[in-house]
Formats: sequence, C-alpha cells, structure tokens
Amino acid sequence: MSMRVNGDLHEIGLEPRVSLLDALRDHLGLTGSKKGCDQGTCGACTVWVQGRPVLACLTLAVACEDREITTIEGIAPADGLHPVQRAFIEHDAFQCGYCTSGQIMSAVALLRDGGAETDDEIAEYMSGNICRCAAYPNIRAAIREVRDADLETSGRA
Amino acid sequence: MRPLGYTRVSTVDTAVAAVGADATSTFLAGGTTEVDLIRLGVSRPDVLVDINSLPLKEIAYTNDGGLRIGALARMSDVARSPEVTYNFPALSQSLLLGASEQLRNMASMGGNLCQRTRCAYFRDAVSPCNKREPGTGCSALDGLNRGHAVLGTSEQCIATHPSDAGVAMVAFDAIVHTVGPSGARSIPIDDFYLLPGASPDVEHPLEHGELIVGIEVPPAPSARRSLYLKFRDRQSYEFALVSVAAAIEVREGRVADVRLALGGVGTKPWRARRAEVALTGGPATPQAFANAAAHELEPASPRRYNAFKVPMAQRAMVRALTRAMNGGA
Repeated sequence: MSMRVNGDLHEIGLEPRVSLLDALRDHLGLTGSKKGCDQGTCGACTVWVQGRPVLACLTLAVACEDREITTIEGIAPADGLHPVQRAFIEHDAFQCGYCTSGQIMSAVALLRDGGAETDDEIAEYMSGNICRCAAYPNIRAAIREVRDADLETSGRA
Repeated sequence: MRPLGYTRVSTVDTAVAAVGADATSTFLAGGTTEVDLIRLGVSRPDVLVDINSLPLKEIAYTNDGGLRIGALARMSDVARSPEVTYNFPALSQSLLLGASEQLRNMASMGGNLCQRTRCAYFRDAVSPCNKREPGTGCSALDGLNRGHAVLGTSEQCIATHPSDAGVAMVAFDAIVHTVGPSGARSIPIDDFYLLPGASPDVEHPLEHGELIVGIEVPPAPSARRSLYLKFRDRQSYEFALVSVAAAIEVREGRVADVRLALGGVGTKPWRARRAEVALTGGPATPQAFANAAAHELEPASPRRYNAFKVPMAQRAMVRALTRAMNGGA
C-alpha cells in the first residue's frame, strides 16, 4: 500500500492488523508518536489524518491509503521549531515528555481551529491527552501564550 | 496471530453484499470500538469491510425541520453543525460530552449507536460473560458492578449501554435507516436497542450484513431548548454514571410535552416513559418532577455497588427538567 506521511509518499507492505502507530514507528522510523496505552485512552499516539487529530493506535494503517498523515515530525519548519513546541519548552509543559508529541498535535489543531478562548475550553479539548506527570497547568499556559501571540500578529488583540 | 482480511468498498450495495456473504466479516467505520475489541480478543472477525469511502456523511435538515444524519458523519462534525447546535442542542451536547476530540474525529454516528458495553467482564475476554459468550454466566451480577445498570436488567446481563448520543436520539424518537441483504428498512430507535433478557449477546434487530446508512431525527417543538446533563467520576472524557437528555414544553403551568431519556443506568439508552406519562398534563413543579423521577426508578434493581445510581438518577432528572424549563443550559 502507499501512504503519504508529512508530504512524503511511502510504499509499504503491511498486514491489515497493523495500526497506523506501529506502521509509523516500526516501518517508517517515525518514532515521535508514542505508544502509551495502545487502546485509545491516553492520546500519546495522536497524529492527524486529513488534518484532524486522531488516535494512531486505533487507526488501521491499511485504512489510511490515500489519506494524508501528519505526525510531530511534520509540523515544524525545516530550520526550527513550531511555535507551540517553543512554548512547551518555555513553559516547562512536560516532565518525562512521553505524552508531549501527542499533546502538541492536539494543541496545534486546537489553535488552528479556534475554541481555546478559556482555560475550560482548552482543558476540554485537550482531555484526550493524558499527562501522568500532570503538567496540565503548564500545557495550558503554553497554549495560551501561542493563542495570544496569534491574536497580536493578526491584529485582533 | 490470526490473519485478518481487509477490503475497502465504495457503494452501500457492495458493502452489504460483502459482509452479508461472509459470516466471519464485519463492517469497519471509525474503528474506535472495533479495532479496540479486536486487539482485546473480544471481537474476532476474519475480514474487515472498510465502509469509510461510502457517501454517507451528510448532516442536513429534512423538509419538515428534522435532521438527517449520514451513518458515517463523524461525531465532531455532527456536534458542531449549526443544524444540530441550534435545533437539537441536547444531541450536540451529548456528542461533545462523549469521548475525546480525537475519538470524536474518528467515530461515526452509526458506529456510535452500535458501541459495545464498557463492562470490564465483557472486555477482558476471559471472565464468564453472557454477552460475549452466551451461556457462560454474568460476572457482574455479584462482581464489581458500580458502573452497571439498574433498569432493564436481567439475570443474564446488567451491562450499561455506553452511548451518550444514543440517549439524546432515544429522547428525540430518532429513526435508524438500514440497508441489508433483505432490503432497506427503518427502525424506531427504541426498537433498535434490545433489552438483554435471556440473550444479551443480541443487542440489535439487525441481520448479519445489515448496515446503518443514516439516522433521522424528527422535528420536536421542545427540542430547541433541550439539554444533556452528564455526571461522571471525572469532569471530562469519561463514561456516564448517570446522564439525562431532557426537553420540556410548559403551557400555562402545565406540561404540554416532555422528553426524558437516561444514560448510565439502563441496559439500553433509557427512554423514561413512566416519568413522561406521569408528568404530561400535570403541573411543572419541582415536586411533580421529583415524583415522576421516583416513579421512573421504581422498577430499578440495584446490585451491591450501584444502588447509588437510583437516587442519583432521580436528582439528575429533576435538575435536567428544571434547567430545560428555564430555557436550557
């Protein structure tokens, strides 16, 4: 089958049982997406399919033929970090870092789509990304910062 | 590891023919339940027929002001569509209070209605469970049954149905449209969910290969001020201990129309008909709400750890009715 990941087309042979997460990590070497629970609970494996956050562990790779996949490796410009990645570092929005790529994939989509006006909205949207280190206040702070910076650059602040 | 076949289809007829012709095959939509249960060893299909390319994603008003929702419309799209948020807020709220954003982006509406129970004994693939393996017994009856049902139970099964959207759909008298090997038909949603009785493994009247193609929600005057309340152990991303979909229309102090359905307490999304009958035509007062709620829970059969759901469901109904009467939210 062929799969387009971060703009690159890959030809791979996979059993239908293989999850998108295993295909990315074990077959394409894209290990930024993490395997936490492998049952759709923790959000560590969050990637985008057709631009929307989904759980790669509950997605079958074979069902992604002709779909556009975006992983954490695909969101930053070639020469640096995505603003959300920078904000996560600045705000110490992780301790162990295992959930971070999933958190960022959700956060970038949230900021892109809007709906992060209040902390409650942020918490609700991000509730599918569990952080066992409980860095939640810092994650929200990072998201707020990028939200407010976006508002300033777009002249809406 | 057992081999698993996969095929992608592009028309309803080929989908129905493919699954209908092979007793070991099943439909794959969002996969949030099916892939999970395959990995747990609870679901054991030999072939997955991927229906995600079928043109069943519409969300639109019907001519009479109701809704028509394609079976493959995603939960997140339905939850945020203006047609739903404006005219059927309880449905929108039930979707937004269900699952996480990632799961809502994946899960289809047809699949949502067909979710399997979260009963731990069903999901562990080894405990006796009449739903998973008929005739083996029910481990929940005298087991850890805090999350289990108090209404519609049988000696064979006390598992709750986990869908939030199903509760709102039941309140609104939705109709499930299907196409199967024997043709097309429309099933009122209350008949789409079967009580466990002596055969908890049979949850729907669908034949093998019968596919949900759409869900129709008829118009209801009170629906625009409907609401969905959900009570759970965590504030977000958790299944309901008790939930309520409610809509009420009061004229001159009397209940002209009322819709009430419960989640988390029944073996199926539970239309609270006893309460509706008790309320209709009577005064719209807190006391009347409380009496009706108590009446609804009279047939409840609580077990060791879930008796708290009986008073909790009653209070939730009173709160939901009170808020719905005062304009929702």
